[in-house]
Amino acid sequence: MGYRYEIRLSGSGGQGLILIGIILAEAMGLYEGLHVVQTQSYGPEARGGASKSEVVVSDEEIDYPKPQKVDLLLAMNQASCDLYFPDLKEGGTLLVDSTFVNQIPSLRAVRIPLTKLAREHLGRGMVANIVALGAISELTELVNITSLESALVGRVPKGTEEINKRALYLGKSEAEKALKEMQGKEIVDYTLEETAV
Amino acid sequence: MGAERRELLMQGNEAVAEGALAAGCRFFAGYPITPSTEIAEYLSVKLPHLGGTFIQMEDELASMGAVIGASLAGVKAMTATSGPGFSLMQENIGFACEAEVPCVVVNVMRGGPSTGLPTFPAQGDVMQARWGTHGDHPIIVLSAASVPECFSLTVRAFNLSERYRTPIILLLDEVVAHMREKITMPPAEELEIFNRVTPTVPPEWYIPYADTPSGVPPMAPFGEGYRYHVTGLTHDIRGFPTARDDEIGPFIKRLFRKISQNFPDIHMSQTFRTEDAEITVIAYGCVARSAKRAVVEARDRGLKAGLLKLMTVWPFDRSAVEQAARRSKVVLVPEMNMGQISREVKRVNNGVSTVETLNKVDGTLITPGEILEKITEVLS
Repeated sequence: MGYRYEIRLSGSGGQGLILIGIILAEAMGLYEGLHVVQTQSYGPEARGGASKSEVVVSDEEIDYPKPQKVDLLLAMNQASCDLYFPDLKEGGTLLVDSTFVNQIPSLRAVRIPLTKLAREHLGRGMVANIVALGAISELTELVNITSLESALVGRVPKGTEEINKRALYLGKSEAEKALKEMQGKEIVDYTLEETAV
Repeated sequence: MGAERRELLMQGNEAVAEGALAAGCRFFAGYPITPSTEIAEYLSVKLPHLGGTFIQMEDELASMGAVIGASLAGVKAMTATSGPGFSLMQENIGFACEAEVPCVVVNVMRGGPSTGLPTFPAQGDVMQARWGTHGDHPIIVLSAASVPECFSLTVRAFNLSERYRTPIILLLDEVVAHMREKITMPPAEELEIFNRVTPTVPPEWYIPYADTPSGVPPMAPFGEGYRYHVTGLTHDIRGFPTARDDEIGPFIKRLFRKISQNFPDIHMSQTFRTEDAEITVIAYGCVARSAKRAVVEARDRGLKAGLLKLMTVWPFDRSAVEQAARRSKVVLVPEMNMGQISREVKRVNNGVSTVETLNKVDGTLITPGEILEKITEVLS
């Protein structure tokens, strides 16, 4: 029996969640050689509204293409965090953009101010999604940063490769930092138990 | 990774476009509509480089008209749309049936009726694909459940349309159309491509709607000296309107015969663990994937479940469904509509086994859990 790892990237329309879903799926599928399916769900609006992109990864053929219980949840706004947190697997990873998500439902959440970092370090808030992608490479062993970099270069607009690569590595180092801070602290997660009822 | 056999991450809609190009499609006319737009987008970039034509028309009525015109001129042609646009195409789809014009219409199903749910999946157009245009007519409708199938069934759709001189409907749903998966593109020489049979006789001997053993008359492209009349009116073998009952009856019967005598070529389905299944799930499109997972999980629990996946939806695959009904105690039909294929299954089943349905119309994909729950409930 093979494994199945499910990732949900959520936020609002225009934050680039579908793009990072595609990059992630390409990195895992073509560069790491895994089976992948990427799906999406969004409203009819071009910007705003709820948006999510999902990637299912497995070492065997994937039948049902959507997540059943999410292993890794990225929430880039409060609404998506509130809506999708209950779908997170027990022991699953929650990554939040703490620029927008203030009420965090789990003490074990990895908090990174993705948009703030993108604005301050790269001068472009819109690459926050790529910062998230870099962080994800640190949070799961299933994808390597170099695979992501290769996939990224082919999928972002010409002329933006450099800033996107910098965003990717910024995300990775920020996640390293965040994980180090969390280590050592005995985190008892009451919220997960409560929501399990 | 060689240049010959490329592995790519591709979207369902893109795979449809690639399949069309591989099949030799060189004309697309359409009007963009979610969730089918990527097919048009992709072909608008690719077709001009291949000497083909891409036209964004004023609406879907005109799109279908342009596709028919292109095909009559000898070019493989297609359009792609979703529910509201599919409704507008119905009249000219009937024209293509009557005038026997090969073409491919991709309908990416979204929630309906009317404008409905542009970005959410549904399977509400199954009966419309069969009976959307008026008049008694046969039609071939295929359904894809994965990105590789989007490619292969588009190629197949073109081959069938060319072979039987008939419009082919390819049904996708929002999930399959927007899903990205890995696909290995087959080298061109490995693909079986069928091109319409053209007349071997000189123009003055050509009889455009002559009966043949296959029921399919050779088709002359306009512009090469073959002049004939094309009409939506019921016509004689020369293409002119007729009121003679001894011409009308044989013509309509030939339209049906060219399809019905080739069911083995047209019907495509797959089975999974049906050998000893006490319950067979019959599904198509994205729901077939949920059903497969449900069957795997049911087997893990010791429940004898199997799956029959339909890839040809119309003409209805009677023999495959009869076999499933005879072998199992129960047949379960999960669908993202209020019961369209399940009606056909009940008709074909004719009381042999019990037919259960599972209908979901809330804009979300039926989950494996929901199917598994039904399997458990039915078998206990």
